[in-house]
Amino acid sequence: MAIYFCPDCAYRYDEAKGDAHEGFPPGTKFADLPDDFVCPDCSVRGKEDFVNESTL
Amino acid sequence: MKTFSVQHPGKGEITYRDKKRYLWLISLLYPLLALTGIGNYLWSGNELWLALPLLSTYVGASLFDWLLGEDKNNPPEEIVATLEEDGYYRWLPLLTVPLHFIVLVLMAWFVATHDLSIPALVVVALSAGLTSGLGINTAHELGHKKTKLERIMARIVLAVPIYGHFCVEHNRGHHRHVATPTDPASSRMGENIYRFALREIPGCWKRGWQVERERLARLNKPAWHYENEALQSYAISFVLQGALILAFGWIMLPFLAIHNFFAWWQLTSANYIEHYGLLRQQNPNGSFEHCQPWHSWNADYLASNLMLYQLERHSDHHAHPTRRYQSLRSFPDLPTLPNGYFGMYVVAMIPPLWFWIMDKRLLALPHIHGDMSRVNIDPTRREALLARYGAGGNLQTA
Repeated sequence: MAIYFCPDCAYRYDEAKGDAHEGFPPGTKFADLPDDFVCPDCSVRGKEDFVNESTL
Repeated sequence: MKTFSVQHPGKGEITYRDKKRYLWLISLLYPLLALTGIGNYLWSGNELWLALPLLSTYVGASLFDWLLGEDKNNPPEEIVATLEEDGYYRWLPLLTVPLHFIVLVLMAWFVATHDLSIPALVVVALSAGLTSGLGINTAHELGHKKTKLERIMARIVLAVPIYGHFCVEHNRGHHRHVATPTDPASSRMGENIYRFALREIPGCWKRGWQVERERLARLNKPAWHYENEALQSYAISFVLQGALILAFGWIMLPFLAIHNFFAWWQLTSANYIEHYGLLRQQNPNGSFEHCQPWHSWNADYLASNLMLYQLERHSDHHAHPTRRYQSLRSFPDLPTLPNGYFGMYVVAMIPPLWFWIMDKRLLALPHIHGDMSRVNIDPTRREALLARYGAGGNLQTA
């Protein structure tokens, strides 16, 4: 289970937790999020912009 | 005056005194301006006083912007985290929320209990609408933040002018698609504000509903569900405005109709002037480049920014939407409006004057430099504008 974060506003998508408000249940892989996924907090960064924390 | 300081490993101690800290109380108290007209009328008996809030805003604020000019001061980046955590700044927009309810109820009471001429009734309703339009600005500041309390309060204040879909639409629709041809909340070169309103008001409502419907569908819930955040706000609107009609009678129908429309018009005015003609470029894969500071018209005017929680530092806001008002930055060489928002709202309502002032400013921007392919143009005006300015632009005739 990985954690990805938005490089603009630091929103964190934790695959283990998902995002209940957005309709992504716990365990939803980041790769399985819709292609048009945008940061739920700032909306100015898309899926392709998110950074995997383990790569830092 | 509070002084912020942090220890920086390379730069040593960095200190910052926020000279505007207590001036932000102006944004908190500004909704009460609507009551000054009523107060003066009750004191003098002269209906002309009822126009005071409208005149103070459209004429007064514009004059103050002209007289006091711009403030380009930025807090040091190292201080921003501390500045954003300071509870004082967070409380001001939250405390503004109840004021919007109080002002609308008081103005409704005033209209129902005083024998006003029809023009006076219209002026009071417009003043109330102006104030509730500010409520959308309060919701805008709150709705971009990450805490649950701020987001709930944004939905609550949007109930005053029945604009509950705003936060969903604005955050997920407008911010994502700003300065692109399909965004109903980005105005196009050659499009006047009246035609823009006919595209923006229904377009944003539809997109807001669609965005929320998609979110609820992922939760396996229908759009008509109590978790629909636009519907939650509309429900409060129904109770509030329904109670006003029950309490004060039929006179509330025209009063609230004018109030609601003019509150919406405030947002339409802001959307119209904030991105006029600006266009993000497309990447080779068809997506649009990230929103940059030059994709918004900025205004650093001190007076009107202090009235609007620094909304006019719009370039930084769109580039970094979750940044709080007290830490929004000014940048050099931005697309800059020649007056604050209220002055430009007036200009926008006179389309020939707007085009005369803004079209040449738009084409002269460093990232456009007369190149019409870098401008968001109204398709129905494209031929006429190209004939006038040329595809590559002709700044001499602009």
